[in-house]
Amino acid sequence: MSRRARLCVLAAGLLATAALLVAAVLRVPSFGGPWHPYGDRAVEAALRRNTANTVSAVNFDQRAFDTLGEESILFASVLGTVVLLRRTEDERTSEPRPVSVPATMRRYGIAALPVTLLVGLYVIAHGQLSPGGGFQGGVVVATAFHLLYVAIDYPALKRVRAVGLYEIGDALGEAAYVLTGVGGLLAGAAYLANVLPYGTFNTLASGGTVPLLNAAVGVEVASAVVVLLARFLSQALEIEGGRE
Amino acid sequence: MTVLPYLVAAWIFLVGVYGLATSRDLVHAVGCLAVAQSSTYVLLLSVGYRHGGTAPVFSDVKPGVTVVDPVVQALALTDVVVGATVTALLLALVVQTAKRFGTTDPDELFALRG
Repeated sequence: MSRRARLCVLAAGLLATAALLVAAVLRVPSFGGPWHPYGDRAVEAALRRNTANTVSAVNFDQRAFDTLGEESILFASVLGTVVLLRRTEDERTSEPRPVSVPATMRRYGIAALPVTLLVGLYVIAHGQLSPGGGFQGGVVVATAFHLLYVAIDYPALKRVRAVGLYEIGDALGEAAYVLTGVGGLLAGAAYLANVLPYGTFNTLASGGTVPLLNAAVGVEVASAVVVLLARFLSQALEIEGGRE
Repeated sequence: MTVLPYLVAAWIFLVGVYGLATSRDLVHAVGCLAVAQSSTYVLLLSVGYRHGGTAPVFSDVKPGVTVVDPVVQALALTDVVVGATVTALLLALVVQTAKRFGTTDPDELFALRG
């Protein structure tokens, strides 16, 4: 099909979709209205289980099984990327050389690393109380290590980051989530049911299994981001040659 | 205009699909897919908004205060995570395509080769 003909088909499709979307939008409940039946019930359920952050309660308590599916998508994507970005037979690896960076930048990077790491762990640990949780905090933790690459150079990052360990961490995070779910079965309830004591409202020990699942997700997401970035960085900086 | 946020979401989606269909570079196509997907964030958060509502986190507000819908916020969180990792997987595929075929123009990748 010529480019022109394809554009005509595309225009027809886009216009029809646009018409359907506008027709649909005109009949949905109005923006900002008071009618949120699911939201109201989710808030009630979260407060009954002493979880201050309702979003975490939805993700790790009411919809914990869906989050398991989501975690598995994350796990499968990382696995796929690792397989796709491995070094093939006809490629060589080269050691990237250290580069010279201004001393101020180096100092700033080293000073920012522990702070960022602490913020990430705080966000994971307080997922049941304040905005955040395993997904958000995991990304912050992974970012902390990569400050070394941004502020210093690639060899500095490689010294603190053994990719093999993070690959294991990724699998352990996923396994911890699955096994926490089995805990529900052993207690005589449903899979991934919140069977632990709900604790005191608005303290670290609240929400039953929510903090445990948050920690599992935090480990998995931090490891996954480290592994993903490691694969892309090694493609860009270490692997050369191959079929062209 | 009470339907404006929904129309914005529809517009972002259509722009993303247009870019995806007319793309001449696979990296650009992955970017367009991310744009099309980000329309779902706008749609979800528009559905969940409530006038005068605050964040659905009760560590510093009293239970009973008007809050926005937490269910769609949880869905948007899911959406962001899955979107980011699937984008990474697609970019890995693009890297391999560029290595095997020496091009990232989808129009030049018309046949399957072993």
